[in-house]
Amino acid sequence: MREKQIDKLKDYKYGFTTDIENVRAPKGLNKEVIEFISKAKKEPKWMLDWRMKAFERLKNLKEPNWQKPKYPKIDYQDIYYYSAPKSASEKPKTIDELDPKLLETYKKLGIPLQEQQRLNGIAVDAVFDSVSVATTFKDKLNEVGVIFCSISEAIQKHPELVKKYIGSVIPLTDHYFATLNSAVFTDGSFVYIPPGVRCPMELSTYFRINASQTGQFERTLIIADKGSYVSYLEGCTAPMRDENQLHAANVELVALDDAEIKYSTVQNWYPGDEDGKGGIYNFVTKRGLCKGTNSKISWTQVETGSAITWKYPSCILQGDNSIGEFYSIAITNNHQKADTGTKMIHLGKNTKSKIISKGISAGFSDMTYRGLVDISSKAKNSTNYTQCDSLLMGNKCGAHTVPYIKNKNPESNIAHEATTSKISEEQLHYCQQRGLNPEEAVGLIVNGFCKEVLQQLPMEFAVEAQKLVGISLEGSVG
Amino acid sequence: MEEQLKIDFEKLLEKSNFSKKNIEIKRKNFNNFIEKGFPNKREENWKFSDLNQIISKNIKNLSFYNDLSKPNKIDQSTFIAGLEHNKLIFVNGRIEKIEFDYEEKNNIEILDDLVLKKPNNANNSLLFLNNAFVSKFFKLIVKKNYSFKKPLVIYNITNKDLVSKSINLKFDILLEENSSLKLIEFSNDKSTTNFININYNFDVQKNSILKNYKIDNNSNSNIKYYFNNISQDTNSVSEIFLLSSGSEFIKNEINCNLNGKYASAFVNGVFLLNGSKHHEIKTNINHLVENTKSYQLIKGVLEDESKAVYQGKIFVDSKAQKTDGYQLSKAILLNDNTEFNAKPELEIYADDVKCSHGSASGSLNEDSIFYLMSRGLNYKEAKKLLINGFLLDVVEKITDSEIKNLIKNIMSLKQ
Repeated sequence: MREKQIDKLKDYKYGFTTDIENVRAPKGLNKEVIEFISKAKKEPKWMLDWRMKAFERLKNLKEPNWQKPKYPKIDYQDIYYYSAPKSASEKPKTIDELDPKLLETYKKLGIPLQEQQRLNGIAVDAVFDSVSVATTFKDKLNEVGVIFCSISEAIQKHPELVKKYIGSVIPLTDHYFATLNSAVFTDGSFVYIPPGVRCPMELSTYFRINASQTGQFERTLIIADKGSYVSYLEGCTAPMRDENQLHAANVELVALDDAEIKYSTVQNWYPGDEDGKGGIYNFVTKRGLCKGTNSKISWTQVETGSAITWKYPSCILQGDNSIGEFYSIAITNNHQKADTGTKMIHLGKNTKSKIISKGISAGFSDMTYRGLVDISSKAKNSTNYTQCDSLLMGNKCGAHTVPYIKNKNPESNIAHEATTSKISEEQLHYCQQRGLNPEEAVGLIVNGFCKEVLQQLPMEFAVEAQKLVGISLEGSVG
Repeated sequence: MEEQLKIDFEKLLEKSNFSKKNIEIKRKNFNNFIEKGFPNKREENWKFSDLNQIISKNIKNLSFYNDLSKPNKIDQSTFIAGLEHNKLIFVNGRIEKIEFDYEEKNNIEILDDLVLKKPNNANNSLLFLNNAFVSKFFKLIVKKNYSFKKPLVIYNITNKDLVSKSINLKFDILLEENSSLKLIEFSNDKSTTNFININYNFDVQKNSILKNYKIDNNSNSNIKYYFNNISQDTNSVSEIFLLSSGSEFIKNEINCNLNGKYASAFVNGVFLLNGSKHHEIKTNINHLVENTKSYQLIKGVLEDESKAVYQGKIFVDSKAQKTDGYQLSKAILLNDNTEFNAKPELEIYADDVKCSHGSASGSLNEDSIFYLMSRGLNYKEAKKLLINGFLLDVVEKITDSEIKNLIKNIMSLKQ
């Protein structure tokens, strides 16, 4: 038995649980639980009212069911909506005061905070089971006026900003999972970059689901004021458990005039075991609003984990001359399923968007690219370029492309290309001839296939992502 | 509308003498249609064209019973000139003439009054409607080793007498081994605001060749739906060309199953739209076995407030290794209020395949116009030349030279 567990651990590097006492809200989804969450976060009344409004709305909504990967019905009453490590109720002031066990967890994850503080110059806002426990580099960010804190802190300290922007990109009345998040979100990051400031470092959060039977409902809000720039990194991992866990986060980005936001994700949630048991349901709503003229939002994602990934990081190009970009690598192996892509909604004049999507499926997995390019009649002179390529390994897996292209403007141009292929025998043979074993050869070819997207990632992430690509495909050859 | 449907359905059963078996099937289909109604945009297949809305907006007091007892006059002027051909003539949904002057009679067979089959697509309510209301359903059999000497033209003519009616026609066409058929469907409508629902079923057996050209060119206010189901056996070829231009609304749906090795399917189409016309082409190419091939090319030129939709799907089964699938759709939008929507879809379960699709839409290239104008053409001529070149690309794919010339003439692409 023990041996079996150890074997499992080998397969999933991040599959350990940390033994820390949790404070949990009672199981289930009801008014009391939402009040409990709001009270635990010491939220003002307007926030609670907002949550309640979402909860009311949720009663009339149905779960969407048009997606390709089907999943068993989720019992929303059987989930803990709030769970916080006990020691966090008195928040530590410096990193040295942190629970050493927590620190160890991060070390295993490969983000030793102290190290990173010194070496990388990355400020980390680590989310550990819904409550942000450590935030580094605050002072340096304070100097330039950047606000980088947990969303609960922002609700208390900067209510005017939160009030103005929360729900402005993903409204309360959006689809089921977004509304569910609005009602029960527990924590997440808040970033505000003041006008004209170029954020001096890459901002980063690390999400992690620890307690079993909890859903993770973060809410991230990033606002880049006029002429500012920020690059934000998000990494996700979760321990191994037999039951499926739900992750339904909302991420809202707002870019004002001349501002630029770069949002990168490396998602490596637990994908379930080789037979498809367990794993995370990653149903995330990510949407960016290019509100001002000349603004730019760029999404980069590397999706290797989760039993089911179902997300479409989108851009609403409202401001004239605004730019939206989407770079994605999605890899599915064993019984993983992914239905991912983007939406580019062109509203302003001279808007531009670019979509590069690379999908790789192996084993018994199923991968779908689903995207929308919508050019409204007012979006004069706008352009879109889409390229989605799929790579198949074996004939038990599937790769699908479902683009929706709507053009209502004669002065706009849309181009879309897609290909599906497999790794050719010649390429493999060539690599093997030069001394690589088959797995290394596949790794090399796949990395080449993904290069266009990997290039978009910040340096530190790119290395990790490259390794992840290799790990995810282990055992898929032969 | 439901009231009207029930009255008309009973009237149809009363006036015609269907077999007991057929009445039973018709009732089933009728009930299925009543339950589902006309499709609307909530159905994925009809996302871009809400038929229910289009019908209620364009047709007042739609009725479903069509009196076929009296013969209609055939207007000879609608015939295709300069092309020797066999004729099947329908006027207002009634068969008026069957003429196979150029063929060997013992090598073809025409059956009617057949037992209906269950529609193979359970989600398509229009097939239910068709089955419930079709009065006579025809089957054409092309015998083994026989090739049609001249093309067969099916004329679908409607005249002024037909107003706000629903017409349902159904054809089965069987091409036995080593046979071939060139089929032109030619519509000519002088009627107003009818709903025409035509269902074709092609069975293309080993080594057979089907060439099917659908021409809808003269302007009219009818709403049309064509469903074409094609199943292809080993080494068979199907070639389809669609000229989608005349009617107020048309949806051409093509469902092609490549069941035998080395079968190939070609679908080419042209949208040529103006006014408030709204046309759609939807294809479903299913690669079910090894070594099959499909090729699709759709181009559109849109003027005024017209709207074109292309939904193309390539499905590759896990058994269908070595599939070659290609799909390209392009549109030129000439006015501010035109709209082109595309959904080029790939669903692939096999790894050793070559599948790609592309889609592009936009305006005419100003640089090209400038180039032509600098060579002495005026703006209008330059534009026309570019558009003709754009469309000619599709027309040139037609493999039969006689019919290619005919279609070039109809589209006035000839200089």
